[in-house]
Amino acid sequence: MTSLVVVSAGLSNPSSTRLLADRLTAAAVEALGDVEVTHVELRDLAHPLTDQLLTGFPSPELAAAEAAVAGADGLIVVTPVFSASYSGLFKTFFDVLDGGALDGTPVLVAATAGTARHSLVLEHALRPLFAYLHAVVVPTGVFAATDDFAGTDLDLRVRRAAGELTALMGHDSRPAAGVGKRRTVADEFAEVTPFEQLLHQASVA
Amino acid sequence: MQIGIFTVGDVTPDPTTGRTPSEHERIKATVEIATKAEDIGLDVFAVGEHHNPPFIASNPTATLAYVGAKTERILLSTATTLITTTDPVLIAEDYAKLQHLTDGRVDLMMGRGNTGPVYPWFGKDIRQGINLAIENYALLRRLWTEDVVTWEGRFRTPLQGYTSTPRPLDGVAPFVWHGSIRSPEIAEQAAYYGDGFFHNHIFWPASHTQQMVDLYRSRFEHYGHGTADQAIVGLGGQFFMRSNSQDAVNEFRPYFDNAPVYGHGPSLEEFTSQTPLTVGSPQQVLERTLSFREYAGDYQRQLFLVDHAGLPLKTVLEQLDLLGEILPDLRRGFAEGRSPQAPEAPTHASLVAANAELVSA
Repeated sequence: MTSLVVVSAGLSNPSSTRLLADRLTAAAVEALGDVEVTHVELRDLAHPLTDQLLTGFPSPELAAAEAAVAGADGLIVVTPVFSASYSGLFKTFFDVLDGGALDGTPVLVAATAGTARHSLVLEHALRPLFAYLHAVVVPTGVFAATDDFAGTDLDLRVRRAAGELTALMGHDSRPAAGVGKRRTVADEFAEVTPFEQLLHQASVA
Repeated sequence: MQIGIFTVGDVTPDPTTGRTPSEHERIKATVEIATKAEDIGLDVFAVGEHHNPPFIASNPTATLAYVGAKTERILLSTATTLITTTDPVLIAEDYAKLQHLTDGRVDLMMGRGNTGPVYPWFGKDIRQGINLAIENYALLRRLWTEDVVTWEGRFRTPLQGYTSTPRPLDGVAPFVWHGSIRSPEIAEQAAYYGDGFFHNHIFWPASHTQQMVDLYRSRFEHYGHGTADQAIVGLGGQFFMRSNSQDAVNEFRPYFDNAPVYGHGPSLEEFTSQTPLTVGSPQQVLERTLSFREYAGDYQRQLFLVDHAGLPLKTVLEQLDLLGEILPDLRRGFAEGRSPQAPEAPTHASLVAANAELVSA
């Protein structure tokens, strides 16, 4: 079944970040129909995330979240704006993911803030982050300032972005034939590169 | 089954007193710990290699040769030898010399090293770590097994008609282990050559260690060196013990909380449940260590880290006394139910015998 993973970095409860994440999820589920949704609430993983920075390995609950994100067919990621960017907690989660985990994964980026003056955070912070991670970021990002929860056009943007995400989730975004996809550690365990090939590669500049 | 200790040579302040030992004290302590390891009946003493402060672990062969002169029986090894930044030509010379000086009481564990700046200091690039480990080791093997080597590669200057001296003792290269915490490529390398694979699982959960060891074992069989349960596996380990387990926890906690690698992160309780670290009574350490077989299979070498995180020498020697007390039970436990298929770790004597068999066959 198609898997959609929703990563939300709100800190309060209830959180406007989670509220936005839920609206985006509902719109995506409506468009996708049969889909398995997994929520990753980063507040619950704050301590394990710090621990992984220090020890290098994830706790069991964090490992499960990382595996879900790496295996997702599509991602919705939502962060509150802190000091003109994504929150440190949000960034930490993407810092500890294995290299290549998001290659080619469609991602809908979204953010919340107290004021609309932060709205370009999607373009100057989130888009470059996910471009670096080789994810495919949908054209419409969704930014919601506090005022937007009383406005009328947030729903329009939510549905447009969710539509773009679900359209991308139906497509194969792997590199063209002959271009190697980055191999993750998990790939190596699943099918190790034979040593003769490693030996050959090692000495080729 | 070989049981021993390894040191990484860190110079760390004792968090309970704030006192940092001098380099001289730490270097001399390393020798004292090594001779103590032989006294209590351990089989292996291994030193790490670092080329930056706060370590005193540069020039491992000088330390091992000195320890070799002060001991009679214990096997000397490394944890690890930096195959990435050290010229394989020097490794070939240094460890062959050490073999001769210690009458074959030496083997090595290859590792890559994860300190970024060390690589450029030696003219290398950490991003090439795996490739360096593969090319350099391939050359090292040739230097030990072929009398005259003509070689050209990517990472060092070519060799024309080069002979590494001295030749390995009795014409047999030291046994080699490959250590890696999370690179499947290194497990693959160890399996390809039929060398040993060491997982220093002290910082990682058992499920991960199992994944690495399983890969190595299945590939060892794939390459025709024997069955998966005949592969040569070593594991790291870490403990702190006192006869009363609560005393162990209380005494070790400040060292744990401030340890250079995992300090200020997970709690001692979380870390002991997620990794093989055992803090408690000798009986608890005994039982936990014997349980490693449940996910690694019958294995050949168990090395413990005992002298780190600022623990004073006196405490380290007390830990070794306690280890000596449970050592007979550890050996009995490891022997109990051990698969008759599971070989012992190769030694110089066993490699010489195997070589003689090859020549006569």
